[in-house]
This record gives sequence, C-alpha cells and structure tokens, in this order.
Amino acid sequence: MATVSKQQIGSVLAKQGILIAFAVFIVAFTFANSKFLTVDNVFSVVRSSAILGVMALGVTFVVISGNLDLSVGSMMSFSTIVVLDLHDKIGPFLAIPAMFAMTLALGALIGFLVGYLKLNSLIVTLGMLSAIHGLTLTYSGGKNMDIADKEGTWFSVFGQGSALGIPVPILIFLLLAAFLGLVLSKTPFGRKVYAVGGNGTAATFSGIRRARTVFFCYIISSACVATAGLIQASRSLGSQNTVGQGLELEVLAAVILGGASLMGGSGTIFKTVIGVLILGFIQNGLLLLGLQFYVQFVVTWIIIILAVWLDIAAKRGKLMSPIA
Amino acid sequence: MQPGALSKALKSGAIWGFIVLELIFFSVAGSYMSLSDTAFMDWENMLLLLKQSAPIGIIAMGMTIVMVNGNIDLSVGATYAIAAIVLLDSMTWPIFAGLGDWVIPVAWLLALTVGTALGALNGLIVWKTGVDAFIVTLGSMLGYRGIVFMFNGENPTSHLNWTLVDLAEAEFLGLATASWFLLAVTGVVWFLMTRTVHGRNAYAIGDNRDAAVNAGIRVGPHMMINFAIIGFLAALSAVVFYSESGSVNPNDGQLYELWVITAVVLGGTKITGGAGSVIGTFGGVIAIQLLRKGLGHIGADTSTVNLVIGLILIAVLFLDRQLNVKGKEELKV
Repeated sequence: MATVSKQQIGSVLAKQGILIAFAVFIVAFTFANSKFLTVDNVFSVVRSSAILGVMALGVTFVVISGNLDLSVGSMMSFSTIVVLDLHDKIGPFLAIPAMFAMTLALGALIGFLVGYLKLNSLIVTLGMLSAIHGLTLTYSGGKNMDIADKEGTWFSVFGQGSALGIPVPILIFLLLAAFLGLVLSKTPFGRKVYAVGGNGTAATFSGIRRARTVFFCYIISSACVATAGLIQASRSLGSQNTVGQGLELEVLAAVILGGASLMGGSGTIFKTVIGVLILGFIQNGLLLLGLQFYVQFVVTWIIIILAVWLDIAAKRGKLMSPIA
Repeated sequence: MQPGALSKALKSGAIWGFIVLELIFFSVAGSYMSLSDTAFMDWENMLLLLKQSAPIGIIAMGMTIVMVNGNIDLSVGATYAIAAIVLLDSMTWPIFAGLGDWVIPVAWLLALTVGTALGALNGLIVWKTGVDAFIVTLGSMLGYRGIVFMFNGENPTSHLNWTLVDLAEAEFLGLATASWFLLAVTGVVWFLMTRTVHGRNAYAIGDNRDAAVNAGIRVGPHMMINFAIIGFLAALSAVVFYSESGSVNPNDGQLYELWVITAVVLGGTKITGGAGSVIGTFGGVIAIQLLRKGLGHIGADTSTVNLVIGLILIAVLFLDRQLNVKGKEELKV
C-alpha cells in the first residue's frame, strides 16, 4: 500500500512550494480584483518585469555555480549609458555590438577574479559595484544621457515595439529564458555548473575545469545584463547614471524566491522565471488592491524569508532550526 | 622567526601602512594639484575627517562583531534611516509636548530602542529559522526601507531642535561630539571583543560553529545579541548624525552597508568569520574617509572615488589571499 508519509508531503511541498504559492496567490488576487487576470494587465506586468527578469536569468547561473553577483545593477547602468551615448556617435548598428563587447569585458574581468584567482565573489562584485558605478560616471561626466532624435530611430524597437501582438521585451525575456533553460538543463556545460556549485572539490577531481566554468557563468551573466541594458535604453531613449542602482538585490531576491540556494548547486531557470513573475505580480496586485506602492517591499521581505525558511524546513524535516 | 609571523605582522600593520601612504600621497599630490591653499595634513582638516568618519565608523564597529561571528548584516542602512525618522518625528509628538528639552533624551532612547529591536528581529529570524543571515538581512533591507517610505512617502522628515543642534555641534577638548562617540564606541567594542567571554565566544562561533556548539556555547542567543548590538549602533549612528542635521530623506543610508562592509574588510576582518579586529576596522574606516577626502582635495570627483575604492577592495582581497596562502605553505613545511 502506498501510504503518503509526512516526509513525502514535506518533500513535495519543498520541491513545488513556490509553484503552489504562486497559484494560490494568483487565485486570491483574481478574486480580490477582476482586473488582475486580464491580458492587458498580465502583459504590462511581464513587460515591466522583463528587465529584472533578463538579469535574473544570468545571475541564476552564477548562483548555481556557488557564487554571487552584486555588480549587475551598476553594470546595467553602464550598458544603458554606453549604448545611448554610442547611438548618436556611431549609429545603432555599431553601438549595440560595441556596448555588448564592453559589458562582456567587465564580466570577463569579474569571471577572471572569481574563477581563476578564486577570490571571494561577494567582495569582488561588491568592489565592482562601486568601481563600475565610478566608471559610468566618468564615462558620462555625471550627466544624463539622451538620444538626440527620439522619433527617427528604429532603436526603440527593443523596448517599445511588439511582434505578433507580443511586446518585444517579453519576447526577448521568454526566448532568452528558453535558450538558457536548455543550456542549463540539457548541455554538458549546464551539468558542470551544477557540479561546480554542488561540490567544487568533487567536480575538480572528476576532471571539470572549475575556474573555466565559473568564468563562463559570469560571461553569461554580463551578456544578460547587456541585454537588459539594451531594453532599458531602448524603452526610455534616455537615462540617468543610476538607472540600475539597487537592482542587484531585487534580482537576487527573485533568484532566491525561485528556490536557488546561495550555497550553490540548486535552482533552475524555470523557477527563476517564476520568482521574477511573483515579484512582478505582487507589486501589481498590491497596487490594484489600492495599497501604497511601498507596501510591496515589506511584503517581499516576508515572502522571501518564508519561502527560504519553508524550503530549508522541508529539507531538514523540522520547522525550527536546530541551533541551540 | 616563527613561520607565518611575517605575514601576520604584515597583515595587522598593512592598513596603517596604507593610511601613511595615503597621507604622504595626498600631501605631495595636493601641493601640486589642489586648488585650496591649506595643506592636506592640516590639523583642522584631520579633525574634520575624524568627525566625518563617525556615521560609517560607528556602524562598522557593529559589523565587525557580526562578521567575526560568521554573519553579515545588509539592513544597517535601512535601520539607520528608520532610527533617524523616529528620532526627529518623536520630538514633535503631542504626548511629549510638556517635556520641554527633556524630549531629547526620550527621543534618543526611542530611536535607540527601535534600532536595537530591528537588529534583534534579524537575529531572532536567523536563529529560529536557520536561514542564512545574508538572505534574512537582504530581505529586511527591502522591508525596513519599505517602512521608511511608508512613513512619509518621498518627502523628507524634518525637525530642528536648537538645543540638540548645539549639543551635537559642541566640542570637548577639541573634538566634536560625533568624534567622541566614534572613539567611545570603538573603545567599548574593543573591550567587548578582546576582554570579555562574549567576545571570545563570537570568535569561536565564527571560526567553527560546530566546535562552538560542542564546547557548550549557546550559538543562537549569542548571534541574536550581536544583531541587536549592530541595530543599536546603526541607530546610535543616526542619532549622532541627525541631531545635527535635523532632516532625513527616505533614501538616506542607502549603500551604507556597502561602505561599512568595505571598511571592515579593508580592516582585515574575514568574510567567513572567526578573524578580525576592532582596531583594524577603525583603520579601515579612516583609510576610506582619507581616500574620499584626499581625492576630493586633489580635485577628483565622486566617480573616481567610487572607482578607486572598488579597485582597492579587490586588490586588498587579492593581497590578503596571497599572504594567507604563503602562511599556510610555510606551516606545512
């Protein structure tokens, strides 16, 4: 007889907890406000989450490999400012690859420091957060960056256009998520990322080049940041130097909400997408309920801690921590 | 000479060597590049530097305890802002209207209590749920900041109490009130970490938590007390700063956690816990403030300051690792 034990319920909850919570949440808000689950509203939520989401996809790789990336926020400001500046100087066709090259170079630097020199990723990316912010300010001279001819450029297509009735930012987010999801779950590289994050020493002994794997995780992360910067620049066609400030923590919150462990070795792209959507829908749902904008921060706080707590509790089989 | 002694001496002295280098560099460069007539090493300038170090410095002392203990606190900037709002707003509450200037100690006490409670809440969650301190305080950093914004939206909260301003601007034996607070906090935390059982236990827990548990140390309450201390110090920092300025923006204190962690790491505290010193942190705080002031003195703008501090942080991490690896190799032989 297949009796369902407490542990099995616990493990199902732990594995699918975030999905269940998401479903409950959607149903509750739909009852509370009939506008919540309309196509228009869903599109607007996903579109405004797309920038955060694209960055979260890259950070997922970094977190699974057992590292952190706190520099994505200021790196996104950098990409946005650079592409807007180069747009008027060398034209959009050259500006976009140039911006990608510069952002990837920053990612390569972080990847080198964390992967090959094995420095603590928290401190390295904390330092890079500050350094890249300084670099951006030096580049722009502290001024806001604007495109001169806002009407006459096709550059706005990435942020404002739509194809097949779907806004382009959503398309980019979903296609990138599908692609990176396949990379993570179906390729040898993806398996190496899990192996390195799960047990670095064991991975090294089984012949995986740990440094190189970590290096490429940061390359992927910076490529995602560059894409996010492109969407941001294209959406507003002008930007402050601090456009990405603080995003690194929201991105991390989405990734953690998706169930990736900061210890490394666990997490999926699909769950990160769910984490991003939860953050987006919470913000939207609370606004539709007529609550103050800032209430979302407090709710996010509670949800993050509950999500991680339940995840850990299900794994250890006890609600309270065993710390004396 | 014992193996590893050289690297140890290098490490503990490194931050002071760095400060001396900064002083020499900015004095020499300043005499060529600065627009102002006063020398960088001017006594008044150095006193001002100590005063300006106070807000970050006071919090950094708390961060040293928490990081030595093997945790981290990202919510200090938000706690700082909440304490500032409590301080300034409570002075205008009708129930305290009859108190006259006695409202000042009441407001101070309220702000410090709120800060301590917010810190203790972080500690309690870390203790009872077993969730990593990084995640817990990342969450409360968002949550606490949300509470700040819910209080007064994007508007600043202001209240000037002239008695309080006089008190905050007062000087005693040539040092400003804020400087005295920084020195006092440094002294007290140094005593706590080096001369008491609580401090010794903090090092033990950070170094090897399982061993600490086996040695009979109650890890949970211990961590909670340390989080309460950093909450208290974040509030104290706000109390010292806003007594003088009298107006708090809801964004105030943002990125303070980054500055504070930078200072603590520069001062030689290990991010994994178990090692670090209060005096080193004091050096780290001074080094950062010197850098900001010095770069300003030779005409560089904030962008350069950010760039340089970020790069120095990474360089220090690299050097520290190299010295550590060397020390270990020597031990093996």
